[in-house]
Amino acid sequence: MSDAKRTFADYEMVVGLEVHVQLLTRTKAFCSCSTAYGAAPNANTCPVCLALPGALPVLNEEAVRLAVIAAHALEATVNETSIFARKNYFYPDLPKGYQISQFDKPLAEHGKLVIGSNADGTPITVRVTRVHMEEDAGKSVHDRYPGVTAIDLNRSGVPLIEIVSEPDMRSSVEAGAYLRALKQVIEYTGVSDANMEEGSLRVDANVSARLRGETTLGTKTEVKNLNSFSGVERALEVEFARQVEVLIEGGEITQQTMLWDADRGEVRPARSKEGSHDYRYFPEPDLPPLQLARAWIDQSRVSLPELPNAKRTRFATVYMLPPTDIEVLTANLPTGAYFESVVKAGAEPKAAANWVIRDVLQEVKSGASIDTFPVEPSSLAKLIGMVADSTVSSSAAKTIFAIAVKSRDLPADIAKREGLLQERNEDALAGWVDQVLAENPDVAIRFRAGDKKLLGVLVGLVMKASKGRADPKAINQLLSARATAGE
Amino acid sequence: MSTSAVSAVRDAFERMAKVDAGPTGLNCILWTDEGRALDDAAAVDAIPSSLALASMPFVAKDNIATTHLQTTCGSRILAGYVSPYEATVVTRLRDAGAVLVGKSNMDEFAMGSSNEHSAWGPVLNPVDRTRVPGGSSGGSAASVAAGIVRIALGSETGGSVRQPASYCGIVGVKPTYGRVSRFGLVAFASSLDQVGVFGATVQDAAVALEVIAGRDVRDATSADCPVDRYAAAATADLKGVVIGKPREYFPSSLDPRITKLCDDALDALRARGAEVRDVSLPHTDLAIPAYYIIAPAEASSNLARFDGVRYGLRVEAKGLREMYESTRTRGFGPEVTRRILLGTYVLSAGYYDAYYKKAQEVRTLIARDFREVFESGVHLLFTPTTPSPAFEFGAKSDPYDMYLNDIFTATANLAGVPAMSVPIGNIDGLPVGGQLLARHFDEQTMFRGAFALEADRAGKP
Repeated sequence: MSDAKRTFADYEMVVGLEVHVQLLTRTKAFCSCSTAYGAAPNANTCPVCLALPGALPVLNEEAVRLAVIAAHALEATVNETSIFARKNYFYPDLPKGYQISQFDKPLAEHGKLVIGSNADGTPITVRVTRVHMEEDAGKSVHDRYPGVTAIDLNRSGVPLIEIVSEPDMRSSVEAGAYLRALKQVIEYTGVSDANMEEGSLRVDANVSARLRGETTLGTKTEVKNLNSFSGVERALEVEFARQVEVLIEGGEITQQTMLWDADRGEVRPARSKEGSHDYRYFPEPDLPPLQLARAWIDQSRVSLPELPNAKRTRFATVYMLPPTDIEVLTANLPTGAYFESVVKAGAEPKAAANWVIRDVLQEVKSGASIDTFPVEPSSLAKLIGMVADSTVSSSAAKTIFAIAVKSRDLPADIAKREGLLQERNEDALAGWVDQVLAENPDVAIRFRAGDKKLLGVLVGLVMKASKGRADPKAINQLLSARATAGE
Repeated sequence: MSTSAVSAVRDAFERMAKVDAGPTGLNCILWTDEGRALDDAAAVDAIPSSLALASMPFVAKDNIATTHLQTTCGSRILAGYVSPYEATVVTRLRDAGAVLVGKSNMDEFAMGSSNEHSAWGPVLNPVDRTRVPGGSSGGSAASVAAGIVRIALGSETGGSVRQPASYCGIVGVKPTYGRVSRFGLVAFASSLDQVGVFGATVQDAAVALEVIAGRDVRDATSADCPVDRYAAAATADLKGVVIGKPREYFPSSLDPRITKLCDDALDALRARGAEVRDVSLPHTDLAIPAYYIIAPAEASSNLARFDGVRYGLRVEAKGLREMYESTRTRGFGPEVTRRILLGTYVLSAGYYDAYYKKAQEVRTLIARDFREVFESGVHLLFTPTTPSPAFEFGAKSDPYDMYLNDIFTATANLAGVPAMSVPIGNIDGLPVGGQLLARHFDEQTMFRGAFALEADRAGKP
């Protein structure tokens, strides 16, 4: 008696992610070469990062400081003692024939990251197994010179942290959420640009499949060559589907490395003649154990910059904005900073939020940079104030904003120059009202008789007569007053 | 020192010719440039000052990085390689007025105890040219023994300075691990390597060590410990000095003639007021097994950079893997190959715990032996340096026999303590060395004992 054949829905995806993040130090992890991007090939090298005979590594203190900050941001416990280790393998972009990394005693362990919340409001958390320090390898360039591979060692020795998660994610969506939350947290700490497209953030994914309800893990495969967060999500789905198909047919998953082909939307096994690599890890004899004083570790946690969750809470309590607004405003540091500058310059928070989310970010989407946005926060605040006190109408404000983006002129100057200031002079307003009432006698009679519905019509007519310059609120008040007075 | 640098350097080159330091003779000096050396000497002479090593010619082992002269480590894989930077120890000697006159031959990548394993041919012992000078710093030892220079730089991992010093009848010093910068010393086993010095006399070695010792920011394992005035370590007597005689270094199988020379040396030290005590270093017999796991393991990793990609030999081939294999097969000699394979094996998954990890644990026991003896009030240890004088070429063709040569020296490298060899006599005309070991960073007391031994030998055959 055999069981009915299982279906796709019977299986659960289990995902763990290994993320490498480049630290924003001025110099490399173990030598004084510059980490600056864009130099001529092999310009930023020295005996140490070229692995010349007799060269030795010396640890970059700033790299340690940044790595510890990242560990704190992920709520990981920083170890007072951690050990560097050699990860041995041969590849032309690995000059020493080993990478200095950490193995048995990493810099930090047992952290976590909140990646979202459940329907009932409880947080969805992914545990971070460890954060450790290591150095980057150089770059292999296969397509610049025909028939040869060119090696650029500028990147060799740039400091990295590797952030390893527990296999806590259960879907490609969760994996994507983890990566976005992780990128945001790292950005907020300032230790890295954490940009996958630029290479300062890299992802390797481990994925396995198991029957729903099972607690043991299935055999995992490692997926590499991922170039974007959406690529990670798609690759996980494709590989999971492949594994489930194998399992449904009664087969076994081979532990291997798969490469993601974004163009084809496929995964395929990496070409390797050997089985899983033996890196022959052993403690790095050229570097003493890293000893960090507990007081220093604690002090660096206290001086962390404000992290996303804390910022979200603050925006809710201080500015009393709705969650959807907060999500957008805290998505990255520059947007939040711009918004807060507008508020600090005197704008009412909700109005400021509306303008930033709706108008400023629209321009950003079309290519403007919020760091160098053509409308200064103080100018936008001024504009918002001009709407609030009816100096200009809200539609005029939009026009002024559009002009300010291009010309960088001040809103007040633009309003004056373009004749967009709302008219509030009582005589002028009375004049237009009289004119409209005179030109529309039957409407006027019915209005005077008490047909309040015609107020809007009359306001519209006055606006037209004033070519949009009349302050509609003032007109409204004036007409209402006349109606009451029976004029 | 009233000799000018230029005349001292000229004398050195004359002596090289006289003893035939090149491939047709002793083969102790590999690379040299007389014109350049004379220019350097003239520059030293032009400075009106009293530098510590002014006008002292010296030779550096070929695994120490020098600009201009090649650094091949006795290997084909680095044939023709000229380092773009200079080792810290070379800079310090040159800043003190010394002049580099040549790079010396060595066992390939410092792996050997006889200098028979060099790609550039063996070095002959100047005392008896049918015998090995010892290794791996055989070329440096021979250069001093042949009178070409009074000081030479070598390197130690398991005895590669002390053993050739013993075989060639000169002084050889291994400093405390971390005492001298390794920046520019081509790594063999990083946790054991130290630059060592050879001296024609204890004084020569002492001055040279004083000059090169001290913290270097480019070597994270170099210690921030003040450097004493080793050249002034000699005292009128040794009253208050306690010298331990570890029984494990005087096995019943030891050549009785060596035992006699050692006992004579100890008598001489006693006569100067030192107290001699029997002590025990019980884990001594584990030193060779531990050493021959740890050293090859670290070497297998340190030598991975010799891959034909950036410098040195490259044998062009169809693909990457073939290029690696052809280059390293052609470039490395059999002893180096043997040790890389051994080292890779003991680090590999499934074997790491049983071999490398276990050997490092054993190492802590060896270090503890020394610590306990030194904490019991002993200042120095005295032992033979080698179990025999220099052997004949080809006498130790079995690698295992060769490895046993390090039996008295490897413990000091494993424990990191300073040790030196001083001539204590001859057997059948061949020199024999006695070894002094001291506490970490107490080279001062070690030299004090060495000066005493040397003074006692003055006038003796």
